[in-house]
Amino acid sequence: MLLTSYEFIIFISICFVLYYILPKRFQWILLLVASYVFYFMAGTFYPLFLLATSLITYTTAILIEKRAKKEKAYIAQHKEELSREEKKAYKNRSAKAKRRIMLIGLLLCLGILAVFKYADFTIDNINFVLTAIGSDRELDYLDLLLPMGISFYTFQSLGYLLDVYWEKVQAQRNLPKYMLFVSFFPQLIQGPISRYSDLARTLYEQHTFNWKNVRFGLERILWGYFKKLVVADTILTAVSVIITDEYYNGAWVLVGIVFYGIELYADFTGGIDITIGVAQVFGIKVEENFIRPYFSKNIAEYWRRWHISMGTWFRDYIFYPMSISKSMNSLTKTCKKKFGKGVAKRVPVYLATMVTWFATGIWHGASWNFVMWGVMNGVVILISGELEPLYAKFRAAFPRLVKTRFYDGFQVIRTFLLMGSLRLFDCYRDVPLSFQMFFSMFRDFDLRALTWEEFSYLGLTWQQYLIVLVGTIIMFLVSMAGRKGSVREQLSAKPYIVKYAVFVILLFAVILFGSYGVGYDAAQFIYNQF
Amino acid sequence: MSTRETILDILEEMHSDVDYDTEDKLVTNKILDSFDLVSLVTELSDEFDIQITAKDFVEENFNSLDTLTAMVERLMEE
Repeated sequence: MLLTSYEFIIFISICFVLYYILPKRFQWILLLVASYVFYFMAGTFYPLFLLATSLITYTTAILIEKRAKKEKAYIAQHKEELSREEKKAYKNRSAKAKRRIMLIGLLLCLGILAVFKYADFTIDNINFVLTAIGSDRELDYLDLLLPMGISFYTFQSLGYLLDVYWEKVQAQRNLPKYMLFVSFFPQLIQGPISRYSDLARTLYEQHTFNWKNVRFGLERILWGYFKKLVVADTILTAVSVIITDEYYNGAWVLVGIVFYGIELYADFTGGIDITIGVAQVFGIKVEENFIRPYFSKNIAEYWRRWHISMGTWFRDYIFYPMSISKSMNSLTKTCKKKFGKGVAKRVPVYLATMVTWFATGIWHGASWNFVMWGVMNGVVILISGELEPLYAKFRAAFPRLVKTRFYDGFQVIRTFLLMGSLRLFDCYRDVPLSFQMFFSMFRDFDLRALTWEEFSYLGLTWQQYLIVLVGTIIMFLVSMAGRKGSVREQLSAKPYIVKYAVFVILLFAVILFGSYGVGYDAAQFIYNQF
Repeated sequence: MSTRETILDILEEMHSDVDYDTEDKLVTNKILDSFDLVSLVTELSDEFDIQITAKDFVEENFNSLDTLTAMVERLMEE
């Protein structure tokens, strides 16, 4: 079920009515049923996988917590009799047991994800090696259909499991309640990846009908529809043409970067707007996943503003645990002795960064393109870090220049182009072609190739280009307004006529200019296949 | 030297321009970045012969000299 389909609107409307009619203590149960129905409508067998991951993480979390409680009780009871070494030994045995349970849960869930998402990619690579060594053998593809949202809900569940393991949250003993945390339907399609400590309370609370929440939620949904249907789905046609035909090299690659940048932003943030808006209508607060990412001045800032829940997940569950682990500690010590402090200081961060970004890449997709994208992001981040002393010198040498809006603008545009260039791996069919097209931007750059006639061959009329342009300007202005605080609050404070004009304009824009044409079904949310 | 003084020394070597007696948002205000945090964990583990795991690697513990000292002293007891 697409977030922008009629079925979804009807589904939400029914849920909404039932939610506020039923006694409040049944609200979370309704959401659970709705989530599984939603998932069942996406694919008959999908709920089974959702249930499997839920059961695995639910059970292992409770087992870990029970073991931890047993350990504390034992130590407390035998405080006087046990020596320090005996206490330490007991704690070590307990730690090993908990770790084993955690690893079982982790590997089972990742196993399910791996089979569905990466089996064919692995088979592909095995076949490549077999051919390379001259073998006739070839493995058959499994051709499994990927359960919708499996990357999101698997990581959300694993985050919970690790949080229980690290005693940051208490395990949820109520199975249906836990199942709701994993399956909460607005998030199933493209996240965000929520933390149990953020989502649980708001999810299970009893919610009284609050007109402001409902109004703000509906406004947010409408805004998401506008971005997705009016801007993203319209420009998608042009993007598809540019990235599938090698004719569009040189300056066209730059055009593609800009168009794809607009399309991806409008599509992804629009989808999240709908997710957050729907949750808000039910009185549930879902954390923001984007904070004006294209206003970032460097790559580090970009990753604090784009797909925030994913970035923080990888940081907290892979980067930090890896960089502070015992084995990393010993490696650092060895490096310190052999290569000195400078190298030793970098080793944990460099290694952990590259592993984290490799994992981020592969999480995005089962292809070398995504791996390359992830690895290149990691490399650029590390290089930026190393260049920081140089930037500091520049800032000290030109103190007035760096305070100007001009310099701000330069940094913003530079970051946009940098991230857009990295995204080229997303676009082209393989890694060599991506590099080839990137370098053609410099080698074959010719603005004269960008004629109006050529733009018209991309499948858009001049009216549609105008719609995308106006839509982009509106998104930009809304983002600028967002720097001062909640845009909906600011709008709320305006006179009635302004508020209703905005609402009516947006609604009519969606109805009149939304792309419902031929490409509609194909224009799935980009992240839907995750 | 007390635990607190040793930790203070380590912190001052990283960033000498911070008033660690009053600053209580070392992580929240990004005074310590990822490099710093990871180095800090390595040095504290070495210096005090403790193991700082992901369980203790939380913002609250690393936000001030006082909370760092409390964490280290607790881990030394265990």
